[in-house]
Amino acid sequence: MIRLKNVYKEYRNGTHALNGLNLEIQDGEFVFLVGPSGSGKSTVIKVLTGEVIPTEGQVMVNGFSLVNIAEWQIPYLRRTLGIIFQDFRLIEKKTVYDNMVFAMRAVGAPPREIKKRISYVLKLVGLENKQSRLPDELSGGEQQRVAIARALLNNPSTIIADEPTGNLDPARSLEIMTLLKRINELGTTVLVVTHEKDLVNRFSERVVMLEKGRVIGDGVGKYGVNVHA
Amino acid sequence: MRKVHNVNSHDIRYFFVEGLSSMFTHGFMSFAAIGITVACLLIMGTFSLVAVNANATLAKLEQENQVLAFVDESLTEQQARNLERKLLQVDNVASVEFISREEAKDAYVAQYEDDPLFQTLDPAIFRHRFVVNLVDLSLMRETKAALERVDGIADVNAYEELSDGFITLRNIAAVISMALIAVLFLVSVFIIANTIKLTFFDRREEIAIMKMVGATDSFIRWPFVCEGFLMGVLAALIAFLLQWGLYSAITSGVSGNDIFAIIQIVPFSQIWGAVALTFLGAGVVIGVGGSLSAIRQYLKV
Repeated sequence: MIRLKNVYKEYRNGTHALNGLNLEIQDGEFVFLVGPSGSGKSTVIKVLTGEVIPTEGQVMVNGFSLVNIAEWQIPYLRRTLGIIFQDFRLIEKKTVYDNMVFAMRAVGAPPREIKKRISYVLKLVGLENKQSRLPDELSGGEQQRVAIARALLNNPSTIIADEPTGNLDPARSLEIMTLLKRINELGTTVLVVTHEKDLVNRFSERVVMLEKGRVIGDGVGKYGVNVHA
Repeated sequence: MRKVHNVNSHDIRYFFVEGLSSMFTHGFMSFAAIGITVACLLIMGTFSLVAVNANATLAKLEQENQVLAFVDESLTEQQARNLERKLLQVDNVASVEFISREEAKDAYVAQYEDDPLFQTLDPAIFRHRFVVNLVDLSLMRETKAALERVDGIADVNAYEELSDGFITLRNIAAVISMALIAVLFLVSVFIIANTIKLTFFDRREEIAIMKMVGATDSFIRWPFVCEGFLMGVLAALIAFLLQWGLYSAITSGVSGNDIFAIIQIVPFSQIWGAVALTFLGAGVVIGVGGSLSAIRQYLKV
């Protein structure tokens, strides 16, 4: 479960990225976080992943309170999250399989478990036949699917996707969003940050709109139609 | 309660494989780092071994426990022999043995029997002398002064200056080695730290991914520490082999030369264990110290 209550974030340069943000996401929900550039979407992601600490307010993510979180607890918070980025962030010199192994080794998973889990997630994203390929040998959509598979490796309760379709054409974008929806249906909470209105409107899911660091719209429906300030 | 990730054998293998791989990836920097560490260890080792041998020579001189008392040249052989009683009355003298100038010449010539230049030496250039054995070597200075006060004794050679020379040599070796070790130690740590920083820079994307998936700080740090450790161990091994060769070459040269006959050489077989352990310890401290220094500055995780 994610809960942000009256959250403020002021950066050192004086930018007020979040201004009393309130947001609650229940376990198993699928939520689109939308808004124009500078609305605070990226800061929300950074707050949720422990990358920045809010100036004021309360933040709870999967049982971790992020306002007073100790530095050593942050890796354990991140193990409850699967994070996906627009630029995939795959290691170019490693194969798909080795990228997966790398992510699981980093959290100290035993080799036997690694093999089993990788096989499962690659099947889930439909890439079981491309394990030995290098990222360069895959299409953008496939690379993003590898990133999604990697995010699922440690069995997170929440997936946070930051503009996951920003580098993809509309067909591949829909494919990725459908995959994320399928993962959500398996019980994982999914938060997708995007500004792609058409894509959001193809799904009837909860849409949270941000502007100037606060929520200005929150509801199930069409982004810009019946979800607005 | 803080969760602790227990490091298992898979992790340790992973850390060392990653460390080794990084070391080879930055071949030139690793070579420079190992090279400077080898230099540091060799200088430390060489000066320490000079000090060890100076100490051994001092110990040998102390064991001999003898001084030479030279008789005034104006005294006849009989008058010289008569001094024996007076010498035995001096405190701390255990025994004395008279050596005439003829005997002294013969002993000297015997050392150079192959050189015709020394065969025709006139015994008159030597002095009658007594070999005086002492009871307590620590009273050498006082005993020497008392012997010098005996009428008819012109000079006393007590190895005192020789001993002082070796003590000075040992002290200089210690001071120089400490100064050089301090400088080279810092240089070694600095170069190893820079090599690790390069590794860190190369692997910044991997580190970002590790952080993103929830790797702990220590898990991220260990491969860098292993890299520094491996460089330190490799440097220690190379330095040990070089030190062995250098020591063997120098000692064989010294042993075969009469000029250095007084020097007591400690065989390498007696000290290799201490040398190896010291090098290993210093190498590990330099390597791991360099890594930690780099991590502290550049790996804020």
